[in-house]
Amino acid sequence: MAMSVITAENISKKYIIDHKHKTGGPSTFRDVVSDLFSRKSSHDYTEKEEFWALKDVNFTIDRGDRIGIVGHNGAGKSTLLKILSRITEPSTGQIKIDGRVASLLEVGTGFHPELTGRENIYLNGAILGMAKWEIKESFDAIVDFAGVEKFLDTPVKRYSSGMYVRLGFAIAAHLNPEILIVDEVLAVGDTEFQKKSLGKMRDVSESGKTLLFVSHNLTAIQALCNKSFYFEKGQLIDQGETTHIVTNYLSKVSHKKMERHWDDINQAPGNDQVRIKSFRLLAEYIDNLVHIDVRTPMNFQFEFWNMEEGANLNLSMHLYTFTGECIFNVGTESQQFGKGLVTGVCQIPGHFLNDGSYVVSMMIVKDTSTVVYNMEEALIFDIEDYRENVTWYGKWPGYIRPKLNFSIRQTEHLVND
Amino acid sequence: MQHTTTIKAGGSEKDYWKDLWKNKQLLLILSKRDISVRYKQTLLGVAWSVLRPIMTMTVMVFVFSYVAKLKGDEGIPYPLMVLCGITIWTFFANTFSQISSSILINSNLVSKVYFPRLLMPLSSVAVGFVDFLITLGIFLILTAFFHHPLSWNIVYLPAFLLLAFITSMGFGLFFAVLNVRFRDIGQLIPFIVQVGFYICPIAYSSRLAQGMWYEKYYNLNPMVGIIDGFKWCLLGDKAYFNPNSVYSTAIISVVILILSLIYFRKKENTFVDHI
Repeated sequence: MAMSVITAENISKKYIIDHKHKTGGPSTFRDVVSDLFSRKSSHDYTEKEEFWALKDVNFTIDRGDRIGIVGHNGAGKSTLLKILSRITEPSTGQIKIDGRVASLLEVGTGFHPELTGRENIYLNGAILGMAKWEIKESFDAIVDFAGVEKFLDTPVKRYSSGMYVRLGFAIAAHLNPEILIVDEVLAVGDTEFQKKSLGKMRDVSESGKTLLFVSHNLTAIQALCNKSFYFEKGQLIDQGETTHIVTNYLSKVSHKKMERHWDDINQAPGNDQVRIKSFRLLAEYIDNLVHIDVRTPMNFQFEFWNMEEGANLNLSMHLYTFTGECIFNVGTESQQFGKGLVTGVCQIPGHFLNDGSYVVSMMIVKDTSTVVYNMEEALIFDIEDYRENVTWYGKWPGYIRPKLNFSIRQTEHLVND
Repeated sequence: MQHTTTIKAGGSEKDYWKDLWKNKQLLLILSKRDISVRYKQTLLGVAWSVLRPIMTMTVMVFVFSYVAKLKGDEGIPYPLMVLCGITIWTFFANTFSQISSSILINSNLVSKVYFPRLLMPLSSVAVGFVDFLITLGIFLILTAFFHHPLSWNIVYLPAFLLLAFITSMGFGLFFAVLNVRFRDIGQLIPFIVQVGFYICPIAYSSRLAQGMWYEKYYNLNPMVGIIDGFKWCLLGDKAYFNPNSVYSTAIISVVILILSLIYFRKKENTFVDHI
């Protein structure tokens, strides 16, 4: 029997952005005092801009639904979770929730580094809303799940980051809410643990509880959720079956800017010696898809104007993960160029990089030793996951995911006499 | 067990106080956390909670009685009077500053999980309270040392302690909310505490203010009545104390507390937007 457990009507959340201080956040009296005076001159109001993190969002969620929430960064997903978890309140609208909510926006919320694992289990459990007897009852299961028996009486500041995350998740996994809200917690921890935690989330979803799950791991969303919401610019623009929503979302994601060009040489980034004309990522899409997945071959094209006659130049490209680890650096040979446009192309084959977000930086080098110009974050792109014939949905480990000749065959038959 | 929550703009709900009560467990655990992490990774550990007040008292007594040669009420050893004032003042000053910064200090919790935000200021007073008990213990030992008799007035002590708590809560909550929005408050609080030390009857007796032009402004400060009362409890009837001031003190502190609570409740659901 379908019964709505969450009903949201006209939810909006407004933030005021102060343009003098783009970070928003804390301000000082001085600003307020100076604002008081500047208000006299009428036009200063424009300095404050309203920003709607969520705008007129309506939805109902039935008991037992597992909802995946997808959207770009800044689409309002986290704001929605914060409102549902009562961390902040909506600017307008109303939400009715039937049932006990546990929200897991972070693992190990409130862990105190100086306290031991044991103390932190009680602290974190209480913060997440567990009663003392509930924590006591699941204590052994938590410790077992996290695998920290030996370190129970060690301050968590001495824990490895893996242990820390495992303990945090283990506590949260033993919450027993009717509605569970989870934000991107699977992005952490090692593969083994991710497998474990995905399994735990599946248990939750199969036990008839209501689940709301935000993740950039679309594979996990597809594995766990029966319905999905797609947010863009603070609005719920699509909802329905997960497969449908994810396809829709991916087709839009791939249109994100993987091309940058400057037509006016005087406005272009650069200096007296070189000016950038364009960066392009040209993907050879597979199966009529319009997004890059792990199979897609890519060409990176760089154009720049050389302003110095006879300069010896070469290009050097760095590929970074979104978190900033360098995966590789490749360079062209150095060559003499006349004044004018220079184009470089780098090919990255399909079946080479793992899924994830990547950042390309481009260096123009003179005489193989002097960096003339370095364009950080020249291009940013995502590679989506693609799997065939697998039943495992955790994050594929490693920065690269090459397709190598790797085969198995039976080399001997055991003969029963 | 059906549990319905309504989330809407501007309304923390009617079940707030029930919710707060249900979370008393968390209050306890947060308080315990503050107390137990206090002296972690220190050489002397808990000894600090005894050493600190003794050191402060020694300096204060030396400066005020031997260097400044201030005089207290007749029939009361001057050092004892200073110590008595310091005991309650330190309690007020500590809890007040801890409450004022409680939301910011716990900002990692504020931005990740819901519970009635009032738990944070409430749990932050635990440390101040423990320190108070220790200082009070030291004071009682010293009264024996000075052969100063305790009077039955001491039974009123909890009432004055409660008043001090109410006052620190009243001021603290207000500043805690402001502190989230304006980080200036963090700079201002030590200054307020320092000024407070001099405008409150700690190193001198309120008798000095009697009949002066500023007396009525002086008495507006709720801490004046509380400190006088506290001295009266511990040092006996020879300490200056105007019993009528209790009413005005109580009214002022309670009104401030109520106003601050209203302000806090109004703002607590949007703390995270400013952190």
